[in-house]
Amino acid sequence: MNDFADIWSYLAQGPLLWLTATLIAYLFGTWLQRLSGTKPWVNPVLIAVAILAGVLVLTGTAYETYFEGAQFVHFMLGPATVALAIPLYDNRALIRASALPMLAALLAGSLVAILSALAIARAIGVSTEVLVSLAPKSATAPVALGVAEAIGGSPTLTAVLVILTGITGAVIASPILNLLRIRDDRARGFALGTASHGIGTARAFQESQTSGAFSGVAMGLNAILTALIAPVIIRLFT
Amino acid sequence: MIQSIAILLGYQLAGEIAARALGLSLPGPVLGFAALFLTLLLWPPLHAIMAPTARGLLAHLSLLFVPAGVGIVRHISSLGDQSLAVLAAIVASTALAIAAGATVFVLVDRVMRR
Repeated sequence: MNDFADIWSYLAQGPLLWLTATLIAYLFGTWLQRLSGTKPWVNPVLIAVAILAGVLVLTGTAYETYFEGAQFVHFMLGPATVALAIPLYDNRALIRASALPMLAALLAGSLVAILSALAIARAIGVSTEVLVSLAPKSATAPVALGVAEAIGGSPTLTAVLVILTGITGAVIASPILNLLRIRDDRARGFALGTASHGIGTARAFQESQTSGAFSGVAMGLNAILTALIAPVIIRLFT
Repeated sequence: MIQSIAILLGYQLAGEIAARALGLSLPGPVLGFAALFLTLLLWPPLHAIMAPTARGLLAHLSLLFVPAGVGIVRHISSLGDQSLAVLAAIVASTALAIAAGATVFVLVDRVMRR
């Protein structure tokens, strides 16, 4: 019989262990969320990330080793982005009828996201290097990284800030929107997608298909708008 | 299901190729998303083929962000003593952006209906 250390060293090398761990941690997160009565602050991404990060530290596993297994999940982000075309198509009549409110909300949400982040961060003494990486945080990760690089920020740091922004939006959106008494699924989804890209869109799909569709559109539009305006706005702050 | 996955990957691949060939700063999957939407408008029967797989994939969109999320944990230390200030700026600005976006949407929608 092999002892546990042998089995562990065998499993730790292949992708099976960390792929399985990622799915189980996520399922545990969704189970906790259901148990809480789908409370937004019980977020499955946050729970799964916390569990997995803890396990990696406790077992002394490098992120690269973890990612060899988890990359199969990560890879599906591409096809899932393409698949957003289906809810967009399903809601095309509603979206066409809402073009003007969408355009106004996109401008407001995108500008407030960039300006308020930079103004608050500078007021509380965040360094210029971090400010530059913070500017594109509401755009979807690949676009935000490209923008950060173009304006002299750090792509690695931007990736961290983008994901923190996504999780923050997914957690706080429902309480804020309920407080403001905004019940229109189009407005809720669109605001969430503008501020918090894909992770916000994932949360929006938990509210409704319409909310998810509008969030997906907002994510795509804000990717384009952020790429255009973030480089201009950052000049006001540096 | 295999057919619809192949179609999704095909559109992503076409998007990646177009982004590189044309030197666009948009990611390949976003271009693939736009191209698939245009195809659906031109040829609606594709919708029936794609819908079940797309819904299944999007129902678990959150899961797909977990690996990248685990990656941030090791970079969070690069923020050093600025972590709290940056986190405060992110939480406050995300709250303001969501409130602003949704409020403006509802107000413009109300004005238009008059």
